[in-house]
Amino acid sequence: MLSRTAENLFWMARYMERAEATARLITMGQRMAILPGAHHRDEWRSVVRATGTGHQFPEGRIVSESDAVSYLMLDLDNPSSIRSCLLKARANGKSARTMLTQDMWESLNDGWRKLDSYDVGEARQQLPALIDWVKTRVMTFRGAAHSGQLRNEGHDFLRTGSALERAQMTLRLLDVKYYVLLPETEVVGGNRDHYQWTSVLYALSGARAYHHVYGGTYTPWQITDFLVLNRLFPRSVAYCYDQIAYRLNRLAGWHNARAACHDTARELVAAMESIDSGEIFRRGLHETVQNGLAMTNRLGFEIAEAYHFG
Amino acid sequence: MPFHEMFEPDGSIRPCYDEVQQWVERTGIAGLNRRLDEAEAIFRRIGITFAVYGEGGDPERLIPFDLLPRIFTAQEWRVLDRGIRQRARALNAFLHDVYHRGEIVKAGIMPADIIYRNSAYLAEMADFTPPGKVYSHIVGIDIVRTGPGSFEVLEDNCRTPSGVSYMLENREIMTRMFPELFEQGLVAPVDDYPAELLKSLKEVAPPACKGDPVVVVLTPGALNSAYYEHSFLADLMGVELVEPADLFVDEDRVWMKTTLGPKAVDVIYRRIDDEYIDPLVFRPDSLLGVPGIFNVYRSGGVTLASAPGAGIADDKAVYIYVPEMIRFYLGEKPILDNIQTWQCGKPDELAYVLEHLPELVAKEVHGSGGYGMLIGPKSTREEIAAYADRIKANPSEFIAQPTLDLSTVPTLGPAAVVGRHADFRPYCLVGKQIRLVPGGLTRVALTEGSLVVNSSQGGGVKDTWVMQD
Repeated sequence: MLSRTAENLFWMARYMERAEATARLITMGQRMAILPGAHHRDEWRSVVRATGTGHQFPEGRIVSESDAVSYLMLDLDNPSSIRSCLLKARANGKSARTMLTQDMWESLNDGWRKLDSYDVGEARQQLPALIDWVKTRVMTFRGAAHSGQLRNEGHDFLRTGSALERAQMTLRLLDVKYYVLLPETEVVGGNRDHYQWTSVLYALSGARAYHHVYGGTYTPWQITDFLVLNRLFPRSVAYCYDQIAYRLNRLAGWHNARAACHDTARELVAAMESIDSGEIFRRGLHETVQNGLAMTNRLGFEIAEAYHFG
Repeated sequence: MPFHEMFEPDGSIRPCYDEVQQWVERTGIAGLNRRLDEAEAIFRRIGITFAVYGEGGDPERLIPFDLLPRIFTAQEWRVLDRGIRQRARALNAFLHDVYHRGEIVKAGIMPADIIYRNSAYLAEMADFTPPGKVYSHIVGIDIVRTGPGSFEVLEDNCRTPSGVSYMLENREIMTRMFPELFEQGLVAPVDDYPAELLKSLKEVAPPACKGDPVVVVLTPGALNSAYYEHSFLADLMGVELVEPADLFVDEDRVWMKTTLGPKAVDVIYRRIDDEYIDPLVFRPDSLLGVPGIFNVYRSGGVTLASAPGAGIADDKAVYIYVPEMIRFYLGEKPILDNIQTWQCGKPDELAYVLEHLPELVAKEVHGSGGYGMLIGPKSTREEIAAYADRIKANPSEFIAQPTLDLSTVPTLGPAAVVGRHADFRPYCLVGKQIRLVPGGLTRVALTEGSLVVNSSQGGGVKDTWVMQD
């Protein structure tokens, strides 16, 4: 396979995953913003930060819902906005057109300029419908890849990309929760803390699954355990690392060659196996998350290097 | 009255259109128009678009599609088929000759200037013979019809004729939406075109090729107006669609960059112009192109399809001589006629053109896509005078042809079936053998009376049927 094609598939999957994650984040933001007193706590700032790109909002001014929707959904200058992600995913898909099934292409191509016609006022008015639209686009795309794409190396690059992006998003959400949402004066385990933790679960579509695994109780350790270490939940960091390692292993098999990225992936999987949530909190959630993000980034670079991305 | 493809002069239906006529009556015009909307929605969703630059609006436009097929009888097709193959052979023979001994010039049939002073002539190709002596591997020949038995060639396209994806997609959508029309099996299938194309390309593998030739399609990239077609063809042939940056030259071979490391490429179906192929040989300022590829080509390490310099054969000034080429190289009588053409570079013909400009169609020799032409009868006196000045300033850059009574094909209007002018482009494949699928692209001018069928100027497309006996 052409290196450029592999790179396009990898990034196409990342952008689609990111578009969906950003849509979920906006939903989470709305949920948090309806809490009493939310306005003074600048909840939307934390949401914007979770995308890893929101640092340019000047301090000292509350980030409004309007700011956040504009920035996260429509802004073409924000590389992580939903509109940017969908356009870039389509451009990647177009360049790798021959590796896509007809259904995959149609899922990228259908309504690809829809968000061009919205201003922030209309987007806020129709927010639930737009969020649903984005999620449906991404799930259709994923379903098309799942049900129709050849299980060749192209599929492995696609799945590696989406797993990598997912791991990063889950890590960032945890970081926002730990670092931003909970002011130092607040009590861990208090009402707001509880609500914020469940918001994170909702943002990851994990609330129901969490109940099945842990029953009805919410504790920060259990939620962290679920989001970081649970190997059955497909958005957990550990699950994503397993998936990356599995996919990279397949790629090593196709190519009969291993590279640094394969070792890093194995390390990440091993690290997840060797700790529990108690240890994460002893070490510090923030430190664990920062380390995870750095390692995941490094892995991304190593994959690009191993497969000669441009 | 121009010849109508569907009706006899007395208003009765030509037999080959019986089935279509019944279908139109059964479905009704309103019903057909509803189906047309569905068809366009499918085209849009699939992404069959072409890019139009610098006009604002939708950067990826649909080519209007017309539901009513254009039909050739089996007998008509036999003539076309033979005529097209004959022309493709003569054009390739001509290309070999101009880059070698130039017999046609020595024989006094063509003036040397037309060839050797032409910007499409590439001195770099002199004395080199591409694999199989094939220069133009896909010859697109634009044909018009002016009467029951008269097909005439409007233009030859020897470089990278486009539009074949529409031939295939138009058929695909017609069979999907109206399967009943194809149930009797009277329409000859065209869907083996990609397989035939791949066979033809493999047949011209270079001497350095070992084993099964590796074929790729080379595109300038996703922003190119014909990108959809490039990816479509690569897809249907099951070969890589590469961009120039995916290729590099090393040790007399061309390689593509893959996840497994470099892989040698044997045959490149390039959809990129001569001057952008190799910045070391042609345009040094080109960011496209693969440095060194031309040397590899000349040393037998790779095949380029079409060959650089093949454009000399589809130049409008050279076109005039194609019937002579057929007699000269093949010793045969031309099966398809040229349209009468005056060369403004010849003083007596120039005088005639200037005198009759209001009745003629005048074209720039190097123009394409319907740009830069004058349609005398549709132009104002001022436009004609201004064009005449341009011709006088540089006569050899212009040709003129009579305004043809182009045949009209049945086309779906909002309230009735109407007649619109059309042309036809079949795609002739040249490898060790010559291959031609029964069909091609029918382009139709959607405005009443208009003779301009180019997609860049609002023309549409329709399915083309060749009926089997």
